[in-house]
Amino acid sequence: MKEHSVVLSNVTKIFDDSFTAVDNVSLNIEQGEFFSLLGPSGCGKTTILRMIAGFEDPSSGNITLGGKNIIGTPPNEREVNTVFQNYALFPHLNVFENIAFSLRLRREPENEIKRKVKEMIDLTRLSGHVEKMPSQLSGGQKQRVAIARALVGRPTVLLLDEPLAALDAKLRQHMLVELDTIHDEVGITFIYVTHDQSEAMSISDHVAVMNEGEVIQLGTPFEVYESPVNAFVANFIGETNFFTGKVDRVENEYFLLDTERFGKIWFYKDMDVREGQEIQISLRPEKVKITKDKPIVPEGVKLNVLKGVVDETIYLGSQTKYTVAVGQSYIKAFKQHVRYLLDEVIISWKDNVYVWWFADDSYVLREMGGVAFEE
Amino acid sequence: METKKVIGKRRFSLTVTTLTFAFLYLPIVALVVLSFNSARQGVAWTGFTLKWYSELFRQADIWKAFLNTVIIALTSSLAATVIGTFTAVALYWYKSKLKGYLAVLVYTPLMIPDILMGVSMLIFFVAVGIPLGLITIFIAHVTFCVSYVTVTVMTRLEDFDYSIVEAARDLGAKSHQVFRKVIVPVIMPGIMAGFLLGLTLSIDDFVITFFVAGPGSTTLPLKIYSMIKFGVSPMINSLSTLLLVGTLFISFFGSKFRKLIF
Repeated sequence: MKEHSVVLSNVTKIFDDSFTAVDNVSLNIEQGEFFSLLGPSGCGKTTILRMIAGFEDPSSGNITLGGKNIIGTPPNEREVNTVFQNYALFPHLNVFENIAFSLRLRREPENEIKRKVKEMIDLTRLSGHVEKMPSQLSGGQKQRVAIARALVGRPTVLLLDEPLAALDAKLRQHMLVELDTIHDEVGITFIYVTHDQSEAMSISDHVAVMNEGEVIQLGTPFEVYESPVNAFVANFIGETNFFTGKVDRVENEYFLLDTERFGKIWFYKDMDVREGQEIQISLRPEKVKITKDKPIVPEGVKLNVLKGVVDETIYLGSQTKYTVAVGQSYIKAFKQHVRYLLDEVIISWKDNVYVWWFADDSYVLREMGGVAFEE
Repeated sequence: METKKVIGKRRFSLTVTTLTFAFLYLPIVALVVLSFNSARQGVAWTGFTLKWYSELFRQADIWKAFLNTVIIALTSSLAATVIGTFTAVALYWYKSKLKGYLAVLVYTPLMIPDILMGVSMLIFFVAVGIPLGLITIFIAHVTFCVSYVTVTVMTRLEDFDYSIVEAARDLGAKSHQVFRKVIVPVIMPGIMAGFLLGLTLSIDDFVITFFVAGPGSTTLPLKIYSMIKFGVSPMINSLSTLLLVGTLFISFFGSKFRKLIF
């Protein structure tokens, strides 16, 4: 059992007596883990970060850091440092002095400062830029200075507020890997705020998916992706197909759902269901197969097969995203190109196809009526 | 046809520009030229000389006035810079409901006629019982320079990225350390520009100084005025030329800093 480095208990933040930015949030963040707060803009994730940093006080509730209550402690006395979204580098200081800022405040001896700053410069691979001013640096370099500056004082927790938002896609991927490496090397708790699910998924130990001030789901990236609690999470974390309807019949491990849009379909019973119960189901598109030939259903296997017409194709190189019209509705199916195209049957726009999936591959949403997130 | 029109337009704007510069600088050029004229009276050119300059250096009372001006200019603009910087930072910082009104109060002295400022200050000093002299000139100059410094520093603060203040706090800086190590260095160009602006304003202020100056506290502009009353000596031309060179020098440095602001 690891000790918890940051604990939020029933934290609520209300701005100007009217706007509830954070609504009764409780989180246990373990020592040394990479924790992400994920949600659309305005969901309260940054406010939580600012409360941990000390820039905002919660309206009610408690925050502890290493077991100590930190409410009322000013930001300069908290063992927490922040990497700001716009980097917030000091424009009048060069890279070295930016990184050395917190050490100089503590009046550490000059040789100590030199040693620690050099260590950070090596860690963030900034050698060769030491003498430069922030205005002479690229986005990725500024980002690294901001990280080095926040880490040099050895905080217990590092807060990162959408640190990669201003970088282009390629650089973002690169910095993500670097952040992961840095986290492994320094071994302190990272709390990472982002609206980008792929960022959160790829590096986090745990993800808290937030919406409108509340934590909707907390879990590992695998859990929130494969077992979303409601339609909001299912839709925010990647793409999905929804099925809504009443349970028609239960049979061993499966149940037949009378869906509004696709008729009766078999689903895996991963929780107790009653006949007549209203249920919502998420089915990830990569689990849906798409073929021109009708699949042969082996004995004893629950396979759902729907016939449709390809309505839209998005070719992405490694895979193609298909939207297939089935009656008046649509099913999304992602096909990974594991073989060279010539070896595969090419499926294109307006083709008549079968979409099919194993009943085991869907997931019953535990909460009904979570609002689907529209980008 | 088209090209003719364009050329015509260009000629017109060129003429206007030339006339504008002539209008602005011809009197000054005349003054500078005449300061090297050997004629004691009149504007007829009788030969090149530096004797007015050398005579100027022998006038003890002019030097005393010059010294007064320098002392007042340096001390008052320094004091105004300190006060104005704090005022600007406070106005920027503390989100008070009165903020808007306070900002207007800072701007107002820029628009009040000098003569009104001068008279009101004279009345005030007499009422309070401060004897007129260098002290009263100093106070008066600080008063009108503060507004200018505050405005210049506030302009600089407008582009100030507040998150660097939070970053400094986050990294362990106490409030006074944030001010000293982050805010002041970042707004330094604004502070310097404000200081130099105050310096030039103080050096050539006549109207307000005229009201609040006492016996023995004559500044250079006042001295020139009193010399003119007894007839225009070519010495005034040379004195004005030197004053002009000094002002240009300061404003040259000032523009270097102001470039960083605007």
